[in-house]
Amino acid sequence: MSDTLLQVENLQTWLGDGERPVRAVDGVDLEIRKGETFALLGESGCGKSMTALSIMRLLPPAGRIVGGNVTLGRTALLELPEYAMREERGGRMAMIFQEPMTSLNPVLTIGRQIGEAVKIRDGADSRAVAQRVVELLRSVGIPDPERRINEYPHQLSGGMKQRVMIAMALAGRPDLLIADEPTTALDVTIQAQVLALLKELQQQTGMAILLITHDLGVVAEVADRVAVMYAGQIIEVATRERFFGHAQHPYSQKLFQSLPNAEKRSKQLAVIRGSVPPLNQVFTACRFIDRCDRAFEDCETAPGWTVLEPGQGARCYLAGHQDGVTIVEVAEADHTPVNAATSLEPLLVVDRLKVHFPIHKGVFKRTVGQVRAVDGVSLSIAPGKTLALVGESGCGKTTVGKGILQLVRPTAGTVGFAGDELTRLKGSALRARRSELQIIFQDPVASMNPRMLVGDIIEEGMKAQRIGRSAEQRRSRVMELLEQVGLPADAAGRYPHEFSGGQRQRICIARALAVDPKLIICDEPTSALDVSVQAQILNLLKRLQNSRGLAFLFITHNLSVVSYLADEVAVMYLGRIVERGEVGQLLAAPKHPYTQALLSAVPVADPDLKREVIRLEGDMPSPANPPVGCHFHPRCPVAMPQCRERYPDLIRLNDGRQVSCFKVEQEQS
Amino acid sequence: MMGGLVILWTDALVFLLLFFSVAFAVYAARREHLRGPWRQVVRSRVGVSTLVILSFYVVIGLLDSIHFEPQFSPDQQTGAQVQSSEVYSLFDRLVQPLRVRQEKTYSAPLATHLYAKENIEQPDGTVIRDFPRLQYGGAHLADPERDWAQDIMRLSLIGLIKGLVVTLVMANILFALLAARRSGGFAGAAKEVLSGKSDIPWRSVLITLGLLLMVLFWAVELSGRYHLLGTDKVGEDVFYQALKSIRTGLLIGTLTTLVMLPAAILLGIMAGYFRGWVDDLIQYTYTTLNSIPGVLLIAAAILMLQIYMSNHADEFNSLVERADLRLLFLCIILGVTSWTGLCRLLRGEAMKLREVDYVQAAVAFGVGHFQIILRHILPNVLHIVMITVVLDFSGLVLAEAVLSYVNIGVDPTMNSWGNMINSARLEMAREPVVWWSLMAAMIFMFTLVLSANLFSDVVRDAFDPRLRSSR
Repeated sequence: MSDTLLQVENLQTWLGDGERPVRAVDGVDLEIRKGETFALLGESGCGKSMTALSIMRLLPPAGRIVGGNVTLGRTALLELPEYAMREERGGRMAMIFQEPMTSLNPVLTIGRQIGEAVKIRDGADSRAVAQRVVELLRSVGIPDPERRINEYPHQLSGGMKQRVMIAMALAGRPDLLIADEPTTALDVTIQAQVLALLKELQQQTGMAILLITHDLGVVAEVADRVAVMYAGQIIEVATRERFFGHAQHPYSQKLFQSLPNAEKRSKQLAVIRGSVPPLNQVFTACRFIDRCDRAFEDCETAPGWTVLEPGQGARCYLAGHQDGVTIVEVAEADHTPVNAATSLEPLLVVDRLKVHFPIHKGVFKRTVGQVRAVDGVSLSIAPGKTLALVGESGCGKTTVGKGILQLVRPTAGTVGFAGDELTRLKGSALRARRSELQIIFQDPVASMNPRMLVGDIIEEGMKAQRIGRSAEQRRSRVMELLEQVGLPADAAGRYPHEFSGGQRQRICIARALAVDPKLIICDEPTSALDVSVQAQILNLLKRLQNSRGLAFLFITHNLSVVSYLADEVAVMYLGRIVERGEVGQLLAAPKHPYTQALLSAVPVADPDLKREVIRLEGDMPSPANPPVGCHFHPRCPVAMPQCRERYPDLIRLNDGRQVSCFKVEQEQS
Repeated sequence: MMGGLVILWTDALVFLLLFFSVAFAVYAARREHLRGPWRQVVRSRVGVSTLVILSFYVVIGLLDSIHFEPQFSPDQQTGAQVQSSEVYSLFDRLVQPLRVRQEKTYSAPLATHLYAKENIEQPDGTVIRDFPRLQYGGAHLADPERDWAQDIMRLSLIGLIKGLVVTLVMANILFALLAARRSGGFAGAAKEVLSGKSDIPWRSVLITLGLLLMVLFWAVELSGRYHLLGTDKVGEDVFYQALKSIRTGLLIGTLTTLVMLPAAILLGIMAGYFRGWVDDLIQYTYTTLNSIPGVLLIAAAILMLQIYMSNHADEFNSLVERADLRLLFLCIILGVTSWTGLCRLLRGEAMKLREVDYVQAAVAFGVGHFQIILRHILPNVLHIVMITVVLDFSGLVLAEAVLSYVNIGVDPTMNSWGNMINSARLEMAREPVVWWSLMAAMIFMFTLVLSANLFSDVVRDAFDPRLRSSR
């Protein structure tokens, strides 16, 4: 085909030597046409990034390409000598990475760094280079580029840095841009900006984009065609419409089913059991066989590629057979609370909580300012209920959680928990209350001491709280907890690093449960996990809530999780709650302009759902120096003069929710 | 033959250290995160080779740390019981001849004649001025001019062959042990080791051990008849001095760390973990201490000790005891000046760790500070302690040489490489030059420091988590 830009045939990349190399990429075929956006979708560890790095020939030292062909235009990339390959990289192909913070050199101005890329392509005429740099920065939507070229990376926000990276990639006017999770490290409102930018650039320059992502929402937003990768192979290729309407491979179908949303609230989420098989083996059966609900005898031999319609194919015997086998769906158990909370008395009442961090300067460490991480947050949670605290990174939602737990001592305000004032408790009195409030962290790797056995980790809290009289009693309780979170009993004798991310998060949950808490603060417990694993954890949390009557403070930025799990939602912006209400109400009809923008920016895994994205300009200001008046007014599309003068109070609307916005206030009266 | 044991201060500490090392080894053997890196160390070729050399030094050092008072020989028992002021070590006993066979003054390595001319009375009564024969070195030769070279060759050959034989015997024992542990039999084990395919590079171990043993037996053969590395001004064997210095070097390198570790670990972790005024206090303490030149501090402390010792000479039973106390004091003062580096590192690490989720989780459980430090922080900074201790070792050995050179090191009567180099200062200015003292000290020190440095590189590679991920 003449419009084929990149053709990959049977690409194989192995990592590591020795007897059992990891076959990270194991026979990948794909084809990218000029000017299209091709999304490579998959869970972590399935070989997406390795595929991209193999195409760029930028593999880590342990990796090597064992076989296959990569053809860009008419050039066979794998046969080029290194010096010629260097021409291609940054020339016809360019790549942007996930982490914009580490991809830029912190000691060079961004003008120098982009200039370097330009010089290689366009020659060393310094005036022309400077002009082109400004041009590039303008094309990626950086305001005031003439001034920005003299700034250093640390002066730019995350979204800006990613724009600079894109500008660098564009310096060689590439035909193909490989974007490896370009928005994963960014907030939703910034993600919307960057995705829109990529789309716009594509229309202007006609380049093709290979977009690597794990987010179905992002795929629905920008992709033309989709390839799903699993365990080193591509298992399905389809156009976006076909993929979202008629996914063929059981794995793809399961991915959709495991996405949480409001309709599934009362049900368990579908989960893909187990985890991705280790890639250091030679597969004879279908790679998905152990996790597939529909596996049958034929699956013992690996299925070949089945072409369905032009442009769609799958690696499954069942592809194309609509009713080939009767599908026994797992009964979707209802989630009904076993002991519904009866008391109306709230369990936790937080009133005007403030956490300020002083900024010290000079020899005597004088306090020259305050970072107002949390600046007057009030909330309450009833027993057995879930309050979701939503906001972008840096808005102070984690600090609220730590302030409630007294891990960070609040500067002002009160935290009432079951009748006690936690901020006034000290020493052993506070220690005694700690069993009732627990926390689950975002990163399951960092939240367990790598030097301790899992059993000891779970037991730690029990020992500190003197739960269980003897060592045997505690041991048997550990076994009980492990069973409750769905882990084998022998897990107690192993180290955390022997477990996968989802399993580690289960251990963390077991640890929190060990002391019989009434409230658990979940600090983004699923954001480091893949979709299918996320569903397992969400199911577990919901089950535990129903059987034990736990209350959750769920800190997250993932709104689909919120709609599935939460009873109430509070939206935070720059240390304050801007809107708070019942979950259905708030998500369906947000009132505050920030909530509206936030909700509209979240990519939804449904390409038919066309919605207006309210694009916010710029980034969140620093909490050390918040804007005068309403904190949101510099970015607000409906800002009024009085927003610049005074911070609006949190007012209660007729339908029970609370909003702090003058605009809403006006509409009400 | 052997008298009552004398336990010097440093001996006690050395064996305390040995006890701790063994206890730590037992502790580490049961914990994968500690055993893993050590396994990596013993699987590297450089690691095992240097380990062999270092253990040779350690064995000599330990032998030299068992002291006792000699009992008087039976014929002396008729006389009054005199309190001996001399203390010998087990090592002295082993190399008795080296210690006893003193010449008059300088003699070159393997020489048969003294290095200075003397008036010699001939049998016929005439007096001529010539280099006299040595009392012990090459005394068995009838005609040194004729037999010397031949004798040296013969002895060297015997020594090398003995070394080779012992190596072969040890290799066979090793093969037999390996064969007993797994299938494949003796031949299989031997083949695996010799082709370099075993997990632990036994071949490197054997090669290093073989070379070492050959040198050792060669030295034993030659030093039995000659002064292998010559004699010094008062006729003492330089080879003996260099060997005796091993203990001093090792002690300085290890005891100093033993002295500084508790302070560095405790204060460093406390500063990083508690922050606030505790941090300020500890930080200012070590910043202040760091800004005083270390040499100045050491000089002041040592000079004070010297004055104390000369005023209270009767408190010390023997010269050895006196020198020993000075050595201990030197270790302590070196420790005081060198704990700041590790303390600073640990403070930074503890500061990072206290914000880590698992420490936060422990706080949320109401676990006490002491427990958190003991259970969560300490095990996670141990690799830094390990790396620092091993890296510091060679620096301290060299520091001893420098300090002794400027006369604020160990006691002048104590054998140490620093003292040897110090005395070489005059010998190098002499005509003809006496070079062997300096060379002997250099060879011994160089071997130790080089092995220690190579070993510490391997240890750091194995323990540093950042380096581990890049492999």
